[in-house]
Amino acid sequence: MATQHSRSAARLMMAPAVVLLLGWMLVPLIMTVFFSFKKYLPLRGDKLSDGLEWVGFLNYERFISSGSFWPSVQTTLVIVVSVLVITVTLGILLALLLDQPMWGQGFVRILVIAPFFVMPTVSALVWKNMFMDPINGILAHLWMLFGAEPVLWLSQASVPSIILIVSWQWLPFATLILLTAIQSLDGEQLEASEMDGAPKLKRFWHIVLPHLSRAITIVILIQTIFILSIFAEIFVTTGGAFGTKTLTYLIFQRVLDSQNVGLGSAGGVYAIILANIVAIFLMRIVGKNLDN
Amino acid sequence: MGRFVLDKVSKSFGDTEVIPPLDLTIEDGEFTVFVGPSGCGKSTLLRLIAGLEDVSGGQVSIDGQDMTSVPPAKRGLSMVFQSYALYPHMTVRKNIAFPLRMAKMDKAEIKKRVDEAAEVLNLTDYLHRKPGQLSGGQRQRVAIGRAIVREPSAFLFDEPLSNLDAALRVGMRLEISEMHKRLATTMIYVTHDQVEAMTMADKIVVLQAGVIEQVGSPLELYRAPRNVFVAGFIGSPKMNLLTGPEAEKHDATTIGIRPEHISISNESGMWEGTVGVSEHLGSDSFFHVKCDAFEHPLTVRAGGELQMSYGAKVFLTPDAAHMHTFDAEGLRIG
Repeated sequence: MATQHSRSAARLMMAPAVVLLLGWMLVPLIMTVFFSFKKYLPLRGDKLSDGLEWVGFLNYERFISSGSFWPSVQTTLVIVVSVLVITVTLGILLALLLDQPMWGQGFVRILVIAPFFVMPTVSALVWKNMFMDPINGILAHLWMLFGAEPVLWLSQASVPSIILIVSWQWLPFATLILLTAIQSLDGEQLEASEMDGAPKLKRFWHIVLPHLSRAITIVILIQTIFILSIFAEIFVTTGGAFGTKTLTYLIFQRVLDSQNVGLGSAGGVYAIILANIVAIFLMRIVGKNLDN
Repeated sequence: MGRFVLDKVSKSFGDTEVIPPLDLTIEDGEFTVFVGPSGCGKSTLLRLIAGLEDVSGGQVSIDGQDMTSVPPAKRGLSMVFQSYALYPHMTVRKNIAFPLRMAKMDKAEIKKRVDEAAEVLNLTDYLHRKPGQLSGGQRQRVAIGRAIVREPSAFLFDEPLSNLDAALRVGMRLEISEMHKRLATTMIYVTHDQVEAMTMADKIVVLQAGVIEQVGSPLELYRAPRNVFVAGFIGSPKMNLLTGPEAEKHDATTIGIRPEHISISNESGMWEGTVGVSEHLGSDSFFHVKCDAFEHPLTVRAGGELQMSYGAKVFLTPDAAHMHTFDAEGLRIG
């Protein structure tokens, strides 16, 4: 795009996409902000066409003063952080393993990626009914094989169970990105460090891990965005009970269960704020890696 | 100390034998160059010495100790790689200090040694930079710095100059030779460039398809190549290798005569021919002359001032004292 002419042509051709994307994002955002300042209870006869009552920050006060708010924020953060730690750690180990030459490498790689293609709803149902069911689940059978009392996963260890399911879904993604990063490491660097007297663990720590830092950053950023908004996994397993209510889930309950659109919208704005706080922290901590 | 003895060392990758059993001795303090066309196994041989590859058979000993199954780090060698293999996330100082840190040397000593190496290599101003911010020549020097701080018993160089431009290469060649004279440490240097081999080596090892064709000092190889391959490989421009009736006159299958050992004349000479392309370098001129007696044109060196037009008739006379003769197997006669 060197000339003036081609530059303006490019702008013109990109315009539809930009306008569409902007509208796609801005319209719901503005509507959410708009509703969050209104009393909007459809079942109580509030209608958009009749005009809605302006209530100021009342929805915001009510959402934050509700007993479920802070626990839901906490649950959200616990799930996000735990899943990140698990997927990145295991992802690195799996990537190292898959990088080794072995028989049936292609097939194993496909198997490893497979969970990523399973829809969240489906994978949560599979986990709930086939693994974690206290009577028919594989885990229950395993526990009974050793004479132990089966764990009631989704009620006794509800948050860890959700973390397990979500980690299982996202591990392939982390592994895949980290594997490609490992494969791009210059073999001569490893050999040089070997000559320099670095044993295996130190080679990993001083050469491989720094090389992976950028890929890890990307994995963390992308996963955070998606895990902040997990919903299906909670909906089909615990339905938000047993302390698994995340902020997203709380908003869903306010809007659909209680039919309080105004309150839910205020929650949505809080969710935006939370996401941004997390994003700023992440950018500060890991974003530096993307610089050079 | 760094005396290397390779005893029947061989290497195979699967069914392919890259290096058939080979014997070689490298004396302490010697600058040895492995030279040969690409794919001749010279890098593999270096990696066997370094320990980066396992030998398939035979024994590698350093200073009389069997090192065949000793890991690379424990052999006390430093290596400079073709790609330099600098650690991109570390500053120049950390790069150079890395082997010392791995050896758990104390901080003050590390700092002293790194500063000394940087001083010698003109890197003092760049110690805080990362490799990505350096030029090719500077990166090369960092790689050398990382190699010298450990004070190894020998340096291994794997085509270290092939990524540099021509002018820098000549400069670095001198610097490495200079370093060898100063440190008097064994150096083993791999290159495909026979000019590097001739200018730097105490001892050249010419390899082809994993087999050592000849070992000797640069001038030995130049004066008395053991076979046709070495004759053609050492020397620039290449030696003229001639076959046919003219060769039979000397009771040989092939005769070799270097461009600098043929005189060119307008009036009379042994072989008559026509001038093809001329290359004028200023100091020398090279003429490609097509003679009726031979299938391929001959390269002839003459003084820089000599001018010959394309297609001119000339006479060539080889210097009999510098003629090389080879038998049917390509081996040197006499």
